[in-house]
Amino acid sequence: MDKVRLQREAAFIRSSLLDQGYLDEQFIQLEELQDNDNPNFVEEVVTLFYTDSARLIYNIDQALLSNPTDFTKLDDYMHQFKGSCSSIGAKKVKNECNGFGEYCEAQNYDGCFRTFQQIKQEYINLKKKLETYFQLLKEAA
Amino acid sequence: MTSRNLSTQLRALVVDDNMINRKIHQKMLNGLGVECMGVANGKEAVDVHGYGQSFDLILMDKDMPIMNGIEATKKLRSMGICSMIVGVSSRSMDVEIREFMEAGLNDYHEKPLTTAKLASIIHHIINTK
Repeated sequence: MDKVRLQREAAFIRSSLLDQGYLDEQFIQLEELQDNDNPNFVEEVVTLFYTDSARLIYNIDQALLSNPTDFTKLDDYMHQFKGSCSSIGAKKVKNECNGFGEYCEAQNYDGCFRTFQQIKQEYINLKKKLETYFQLLKEAA
Repeated sequence: MTSRNLSTQLRALVVDDNMINRKIHQKMLNGLGVECMGVANGKEAVDVHGYGQSFDLILMDKDMPIMNGIEATKKLRSMGICSMIVGVSSRSMDVEIREFMEAGLNDYHEKPLTTAKLASIIHHIINTK
């Protein structure tokens, strides 16, 4: 596939991610920080996000397995995870986290558990889409 | 994309336990011509000042392990640190913001920070120097 078509495809994926609400303005802020000194800044930040948030997801999974459930700890972990989502512009994942916070406050275990499965699904969806996007960018360069 | 080659000769300390936020905020500040250092909690922020370092701007996250932003801000002010301290947090309840401001902040912003917000802060520091 020639580079022009690859660039168009990458641009289409980017627009779709923004239009469909997977990403928000914060992602554009990260793109604007890219320069000749850091040409892969966005990919570096996104990679750091997925590396770091894997730890938080593990912690939340473990906290959901604990009996009795420590809702304060769950809320703290989710607050950290939501903050990271917000920092890279992961809008859909971040919005799913709001629901989890409400269930934590209500000490509703079933709600927390169900919502977290949705959060993980959105998190994985976004990861796949971003991996495809960054791969296309590399091939188009 | 172009390299920016401007220097304000200002120094900033980014205090945040989240390494993603530290990376982003330091990059934003570098782009505005500000030399940066990052630490992961309030105690490290207090310690670097104890070692004799000084900064024109401190970006202070609120929720951090070991020593949070409120405790660190109070400690720095009690040490006589007069730098501009800007609190940042994703928590937005009025009572939490008020408590953070009363610890000694000059300003507070909700995360995520933008380059525009930081530029405004930097311009304020330059104009009041």
